[in-house]
Amino acid sequence: MISRRDFLQASVAASAIVGASGVGNWSKLAAQQTLTQDQLLDFDTVGNVTLIHITDIHAQLKPVYFREPEINLGMGAVDGLPPHVTGKDFLNLFNLEAGTREAYALTYDDFTSLAKGYGKMGGLDRVATVINSIRAARPDALLLDGGDTWQGSYTAQMTKGQDMVNVMNALKPDAMTSHWEFTLGIDRVTEIVDNDLDFPFLGANIFDTEWDERAYEPYKMFERGGVKIAVIGQAFPYMPIANPGWMFPGLSFGIREENMAELVTEVRGLGAELVVLLSHNGFDVDRKLAGRVDGIDVILTGHTHDALPEPVLVNKTMLIASGSNGKFVTRLDLDVRDGQIKGFNHKLIPIFSDVIQADPMVAQLIDAQRAPFEDQLTEVIGKTDSLLYRRGNFNGTWDDLICNALIEEREADIAISPGFRWGPSLLPGGDITREDIFNCTGMSYPAAYRTEMTGERIQIIMEDVADNLFNPDPYYQQGGDMVRMGGMGYSIDVTKKQGDRITDMTMLKTGEKIEPSKTYVVAGWASVNEGTEGPAIWDVVESYIKRKGTVTVDPNQSVKVTGA
Amino acid sequence: MNFTRRDALILGAGAATVALLPVQAFASPVDDAIAAFTGGAATTEGGIELTAPEIAENGNTVPVSVSAPGAVSIILISTGNPVPDVCTFNFGALSGSQFGSTRIRLAGTQDVIAVAKMADGSFVQTSSVVKVTIGGCGG
Repeated sequence: MISRRDFLQASVAASAIVGASGVGNWSKLAAQQTLTQDQLLDFDTVGNVTLIHITDIHAQLKPVYFREPEINLGMGAVDGLPPHVTGKDFLNLFNLEAGTREAYALTYDDFTSLAKGYGKMGGLDRVATVINSIRAARPDALLLDGGDTWQGSYTAQMTKGQDMVNVMNALKPDAMTSHWEFTLGIDRVTEIVDNDLDFPFLGANIFDTEWDERAYEPYKMFERGGVKIAVIGQAFPYMPIANPGWMFPGLSFGIREENMAELVTEVRGLGAELVVLLSHNGFDVDRKLAGRVDGIDVILTGHTHDALPEPVLVNKTMLIASGSNGKFVTRLDLDVRDGQIKGFNHKLIPIFSDVIQADPMVAQLIDAQRAPFEDQLTEVIGKTDSLLYRRGNFNGTWDDLICNALIEEREADIAISPGFRWGPSLLPGGDITREDIFNCTGMSYPAAYRTEMTGERIQIIMEDVADNLFNPDPYYQQGGDMVRMGGMGYSIDVTKKQGDRITDMTMLKTGEKIEPSKTYVVAGWASVNEGTEGPAIWDVVESYIKRKGTVTVDPNQSVKVTGA
Repeated sequence: MNFTRRDALILGAGAATVALLPVQAFASPVDDAIAAFTGGAATTEGGIELTAPEIAENGNTVPVSVSAPGAVSIILISTGNPVPDVCTFNFGALSGSQFGSTRIRLAGTQDVIAVAKMADGSFVQTSSVVKVTIGGCGG
């Protein structure tokens, strides 16, 4: 763990730029018993440019509970650096108190009781109120959406993202970039981009595979407050690898560092005094990129769902992390003069849904998107005795529930559930509705397959995914969490090389070692292969929960992590 | 993740090849290929740039480009394919630039090496790791 002093030396606070970040305000608020909307939105307008950043909403139109990770390991040089700081270490680093609203919003400790006290977070109608308030102070503020916007809920599933497009259009973003958007299929993306969006769908790293030509606008130039601003958009680099490439054939992605360097030079040549990268790279990829490509002033990071109350400074580049699921909006005011940032004010604004009032127009629009599906959304399937959450490097209770459902409903020995980072939490004692199930399963390749695999094959898959997460070079990380294994336990040494990390693979029900040559029945979902067969995962989970009535999922003890 | 029997067999076989052959076994044909190009001369770093994806989107067709200003010849070598030689670009005295681009098939995660012969007879070398992964769990 780094100390606060070390962090400040690596943060903007110690740079030549004079500025403040929201953490001071947060601490002050923490001392108070009550919190008002005015206090949450309180902000000293600074300089001549305002950026508003929201990312990884995952189609959460309504407020949700979302538990931040308990385990979020950083590999190699970034071990212990934000965002790889959780729980009490996170509180210490950012001078926050346990048990406060800030601790609830940003960490996992004591989540259930704090959630009951402080309520749900997010809701795009509340986000609208925050955006309106910022625009009241700075009418030409830029609103930038980092992507993963059109996927992740029942209504997004049923409308192929149209609900999100309609609501986001009402917020009037100035640009967006993408990731899960492409899992709607290239035809649907084209339909939306061509017909529905009044703002550019940026993707500097998206090329057609045949001619290696740009498939989308790489950047957009703005002039705000007398400042020429270039916003470059970077889509998720590993789109055709981490998600089904056959859904968007003909597109190639990648980090393309040289391409980024060329674009920075190009926009500077066009007179850009401020270069902003609206990125879906993931925090560590962006941190490495910032260290290797000069001339980017601000990176609005996304993909890895990190929320940081202060910017991180790398090579004169300010890295901003604005969380996920609509929990936060970042406001960043910049004083740009003579082509340089002379000052800033930053605030990670937590969207406490019971403190910030809903914007009536957007609330009505959200209701209209949901109305045709209201009966389906609200149908209670069962109850949970346990806190159900997904986020974290290793098995969370939501995925353990999904794995249990796969094993029982598909009569399998072992279940495999992908390490997605989206999916809100549910509190113990609460109902599980169909909407809740879709919030953790809604996507376009849901087939729950059943197949046979050897122990060796299972290990190869686990090693492959582990290296996508724990490779010490961020450029080789895909930004998901570790694949969730049901019915088996294992040990993992995250510091080892691919092929050597996973040991002690054991069947939980018998305690027997998993033999490399023996064949096991495996059930899973979200295969990237075209033509994967099986019932949709949400039907499997629904039928399991219905049968159980009330589900109980104990914290997972079967993954032993070393080297962290 | 890939779960078809066919893909399992392909990937299983690919992984087995990598796992069973120690690094030393690879070193020899790769070293031989480099030596055949350099005539045994030592190589240095710098002056050559290899651009390849960090993770291949499709291991069967991986775009690779190489640039070495002032080179008369550049060889591309795969360290993990059954045959290391990929291709050699030759540049005449009137070449406007010394740049080559192609697509190569990679049997699995491996280093791709580029060696350039410069006009003065010296050699420069660089390499890049390209991962070929099962994928499917990001996000």
